[in-house]
Amino acid sequence: MLSRDADAVYWMSRYLERTSNIARFLDVNWHLTLDVPEENGEQWRPLVVTTGDHEDFQARYPEQSPEDVLFFLIADSRNPNSILSGLQSARQNAFSVRNSIPTEMWEAVNVFYHYVKDTCARPETIIREPERFCAEVKWRNLMIGGIASDIMANDEAWRFFNLGRLLERADKTSRIVDVKYFLLLPSLDHVGMALDHVQWAALLKAVGGFQAYRHAFGRINPSKVVQFLILDHDFPRSILYCLTEAQQCLHNITGTRIGYFSNPAELQMGQICSGLSYHTIEEIFEQGLHEFTDDLQMRLNVLDRAIYDTFFSRFPAIDQSQQQ
Amino acid sequence: MQAGLNFDGYEMGTFYDEMFEAPGVARSGTKLLLDKLRSLPPNELLTRQAAAEKVFFDLGITFSVYGHEQGTEKIFPFDIVPRVIEAREWNFLEQGLKQRIQALNLFLDDIYHDQKILQDKVVPRDIIETSAGYFPACQGLNPPLGVWCHITGTDLIRDENGEFHVLEDNLRSPSGVSYVLANRQVLKRTFPQVFSASNVRSVDTYPSQLLEMLHSIAPLRQNRPSVALLTPGVYNSAYFEHSFLSQQTGIELVEGADLVVHDGYVHMRTTKGLIKVDVIYRRIGEDFLDPQVFRADSLLGVPGIMEVYRQGRVALANAPGTGVADDKAVYAYVPAIIKYFLGEDPIIPNIPTFICRDPKQMEHVLANLDALVVKAANESGGYGMLIGPASTKAEQEDFAAKIRHDPRNYIAQPTISLSRCPVIVGDHFEGRHVDLRPYVLYGNDIQVIPGGLTRVALTKGSLVVNSSQGGGSKDTWVLGR
Repeated sequence: MLSRDADAVYWMSRYLERTSNIARFLDVNWHLTLDVPEENGEQWRPLVVTTGDHEDFQARYPEQSPEDVLFFLIADSRNPNSILSGLQSARQNAFSVRNSIPTEMWEAVNVFYHYVKDTCARPETIIREPERFCAEVKWRNLMIGGIASDIMANDEAWRFFNLGRLLERADKTSRIVDVKYFLLLPSLDHVGMALDHVQWAALLKAVGGFQAYRHAFGRINPSKVVQFLILDHDFPRSILYCLTEAQQCLHNITGTRIGYFSNPAELQMGQICSGLSYHTIEEIFEQGLHEFTDDLQMRLNVLDRAIYDTFFSRFPAIDQSQQQ
Repeated sequence: MQAGLNFDGYEMGTFYDEMFEAPGVARSGTKLLLDKLRSLPPNELLTRQAAAEKVFFDLGITFSVYGHEQGTEKIFPFDIVPRVIEAREWNFLEQGLKQRIQALNLFLDDIYHDQKILQDKVVPRDIIETSAGYFPACQGLNPPLGVWCHITGTDLIRDENGEFHVLEDNLRSPSGVSYVLANRQVLKRTFPQVFSASNVRSVDTYPSQLLEMLHSIAPLRQNRPSVALLTPGVYNSAYFEHSFLSQQTGIELVEGADLVVHDGYVHMRTTKGLIKVDVIYRRIGEDFLDPQVFRADSLLGVPGIMEVYRQGRVALANAPGTGVADDKAVYAYVPAIIKYFLGEDPIIPNIPTFICRDPKQMEHVLANLDALVVKAANESGGYGMLIGPASTKAEQEDFAAKIRHDPRNYIAQPTISLSRCPVIVGDHFEGRHVDLRPYVLYGNDIQVIPGGLTRVALTKGSLVVNSSQGGGSKDTWVLGR
């Protein structure tokens, strides 16, 4: 497929997944603050850290109130990672490839965009009660995922769609593990207390993994939760699961067998996956969880650049691209 | 109005009405439709109109309204009551369009080769050589099958007697066919029963016919040539159409920067490297096509593509240079062109046209500016026009100065009272002027799509139907019998 189209499908998918993650985080946090009354927005500020925009946030919102966090992450058009901005970017990308994605997908993205734009024009309502809005964002994303899996031909566009979604999800799961783990760390001393329990459950709910965790492990145990979110083989939002699937997508695009590489993207992806696949959670803790997630995010950035250079660059050296 | 929308108080005026032959009396082709409209429960029609508009909005068949924050979007105005064309009327139009396109194509081939028609002084040489649509760089080109104008959208109008005339020939890259297809999809859902009972001819085969035509001009006549549609990009006002046609035909939608000339062929940049392109349906003007040959400042085109075309290694639809045949000054000569190449009289007449290049005709035009429609020869989209009866003295004086300054670039025509269709206006129907743009494909043979874009001048009394000037559209039903 055209490099430009592949680029647009990949980014459409990433932006959509990003909005889904923000909506999930916000929704769970809002419920949490209903259970656990808080002071000074202690529960809210870390969310801005998970999206990586805390500097911009601090500069523009000196009070850093819970309302500020909600507005910043949902309706602030100056924040490139807000839900509103994400939808704008996703829709713009979808617009430029609406000939190569199913009409239903374009229509779903377009209607989604108008819903978010219209709702964000009156942000007071969402900020007071974000629940309905967050649920809507979550469901609409699930619907788009359903369109992709049910009616999209399993062609290159579909693979780039999945690749974008999976990489974005892996990145966001790693961020929330990193941020939330440190926030909860002091409470490791009183493991088992009610408050602590609620917090860890919330972390699982933020990625939609609470029930799956219960089935697999039963009791809430911090290191098991971390293991579940990073290394679980079956949970579709665990980092290892996302990256293993993403690797499969990448190799389906090029036709190279897994275990070998034919371009910088596959090389980088292979290194990340083998690192994750063949490490225990104990080793990760030994390295330091924060060091681990930091390193992973750096590697994911390198991977993203390698994908761009390999597939999307519109000005590759002609001789090189003549190989096939 | 207790019964919701109805035709009580509908005024036909002195115009040819497409729905009624006399007040309250339907034409034979619109009887079924009118019965249906009259049988609908109160407000049902408005509900259906709103539902149709929502479909367009959700599908993003919209344009941006500038000057609003956050880019407010609107759909192109669409009226759900279709315009009906009867079978015998259509047969006449189809014959007439085929004749006209065949003659114009022979004219183009002659202009870019021997120019016999100029030597025989049927068309004045200076009109051609001063036309903005004439490109000397196209001299001697030999497009596949000898076809230059593969896709045409001819503008037709009906006068007060119901007689059809050709208003304009659009031979560059006429747009609007996607609205013909989208309008039809929506209308089928809006009036399913009356649609199936009316025996309306299908327009849905257009994408297949377009694809066949594009395949037919491939340089090596391969079985499955690689075809792309070249668009200026997402900011172009016709981008929806480009994207829609690409989706419906399965051809790639490319921008200039996606294409590159390499090893003597045109290629597109893909995730698997460069892939050769055999046929390009271009939706950018030829002046932007190749900065090495035409405008050097073009960023939309593909450097070197014209040389590949000259070598016969890529096909372009339409061929570069076709604009010379839809210059409005050349239009006046089309009846003579048909006679010259085919030995026939035109089936569909022109509108009588005064050419300001001729001093005597110019004097007549200047003396009658308040009665005539004046048009700039190289403008389109309803720009550069003076509608005499609706103009002010100041506007007339402005045009008089323009005509005197550059007589070659102006023509004038009598003001035609375009036919009208009923349109929903608030809670009732009013007559609005319409035109008709059918689409013609030319590959191995000439095919006219049974339907077309009916454009509506939504402003009361206005004769300007262009979408850029606030026009809307209707579905056009060509009846099979």
